[in-house]
Amino acid sequence: MAKNGSFDRMMTRRKLIAAAGAAGVALSRPAWAQKMVDLPLPGGPDARQITTSFPQKGPMILQRTRPPLLETPFEVFDKGVFTPNDQFYVRWHWALIPTDIDVAKFSLTVRGHVNQTLSLSLHDIVHELPSVQLAALNQCSGNSRGFFQPRVSGGQWANGAMGNALWTGVRLKDVLDKAGVKPGAVQVRFKGLEEPVVADAPHFMKSLDIDHARDGEVMIAYAMNGEQLPLVNGFPLRLVVPGWYATYWVKMLNDIEVLDQPDTNYWTKVAYTIPDTPHANIKPGETDVKMIPISRMVPRSFVTNVASGTKLKAAAPTTLRGIAFGGDCGVASVDFSIDRGQSWHQTQLGKDEGKYGFRQWQTQLTLPAAGEYSVLTRCTNSNGVAQPDAPNWNPAGFMRNVLESADVTAV
Amino acid sequence: MFRNLLPAVALLGLVSIPVAARAAPPLELKSVKLDLPDSDRMFPDGPGSDAINNNCLACHSADMVLNQPSFSKQGWTAEVNKMINNYKAPVAPEDVGPIVDYLAALKGAK
Repeated sequence: MAKNGSFDRMMTRRKLIAAAGAAGVALSRPAWAQKMVDLPLPGGPDARQITTSFPQKGPMILQRTRPPLLETPFEVFDKGVFTPNDQFYVRWHWALIPTDIDVAKFSLTVRGHVNQTLSLSLHDIVHELPSVQLAALNQCSGNSRGFFQPRVSGGQWANGAMGNALWTGVRLKDVLDKAGVKPGAVQVRFKGLEEPVVADAPHFMKSLDIDHARDGEVMIAYAMNGEQLPLVNGFPLRLVVPGWYATYWVKMLNDIEVLDQPDTNYWTKVAYTIPDTPHANIKPGETDVKMIPISRMVPRSFVTNVASGTKLKAAAPTTLRGIAFGGDCGVASVDFSIDRGQSWHQTQLGKDEGKYGFRQWQTQLTLPAAGEYSVLTRCTNSNGVAQPDAPNWNPAGFMRNVLESADVTAV
Repeated sequence: MFRNLLPAVALLGLVSIPVAARAAPPLELKSVKLDLPDSDRMFPDGPGSDAINNNCLACHSADMVLNQPSFSKQGWTAEVNKMINNYKAPVAPEDVGPIVDYLAALKGAK
């Protein structure tokens, strides 16, 4: 049945394209934009297309076609702790993205405040340096931005601008050691192949402090979940900065520059900054706030198998499960509450695949009597930091990690 | 004695390896050549739609804007100025007003 269904859909799409071509009709809406999803964003607009037209990608929520912003449909997170490559979210800044990458010609340059400038081939990186693997969550700084109230501009994501993968690659430290970092180095700047359409616009670059870059955890990945990266996820090389927001995870990485002065480029100093306050939280309209670069992630948790609006049987146990992450460290516990946070109950944690990744959790939920319930979940990380019970607000819509709730009815 | 110790040693050895140091099988990367889809979606007709279609679609597709929530005219002015000042959008000065007015009419605060 399922096979027939997908075959039918495929035929329908082909017929549509063929029909459009034969009639020479310019469709006002592309033929692939048939399926829609509603994101529960306060005030809307909530309708988004589900697109399957991006190469190497499965069904994705279309936030923007060019440059691509593709959100992972939330039900994907119920399937396991590793997000499949073909449904891993996609976020680009500039529209000029190379679509033809020859692995024999690609090279990664390491230059700047080093003893020896390097030009490494993909063969050098894959075969000549020790390979490492690490499970790590990649989450957009603005994941869940669409839930900010008052609303803020930017990619209007629901909760699917995140994904967890098993990354394979080499340690950045090993690459820097090969070049030989000179005394006095302060930061390392990373640049990829994407380019702005407008020549004088700022090329996308991000920097890390030299000690962070050499901590042995930051890596240059050439594979995710055992496969080469999809092009739109940064093929062939992507920086992996465990525990830090995805803005630092530079895609199509081809240039590493060791700096002897702090980086002042737009993307490090101006963009991706947050108020230097607890939870990066300010009052809407508040000004004269000290801004600092966004950095470490904070804990979150989600129910993945029961959506808001679901009807559950009263006084009967239901399996409740979901995912959580600690942010910049592991998950210590995930608790749930059905009485608006007055009492909390511990869930069972699934297998630990690595402290920087998703952790599954599960519990038995029994709603005592018929009525409306908000099922709250709360992650406490291994540093003792728990999700806050009030949402944060900042003008860029960064670092949302308030308690999530699944609103269900017991009948 | 050895028989008892060996599994314990093996287990200790296994758990003491940091996750980031696990050996990975080598992978042969393959060249990629593909096409990314584009969007031919235009902004809905209205006063200023030519200005926004002509100035804004070089860098991003229209869906990005159409998916935004409503903002005040002041909010849309700040947004257009951010595109010009931070992202160097080459918007003709005489088109700034019509673009802001178009956005405020299409997606103005209620």
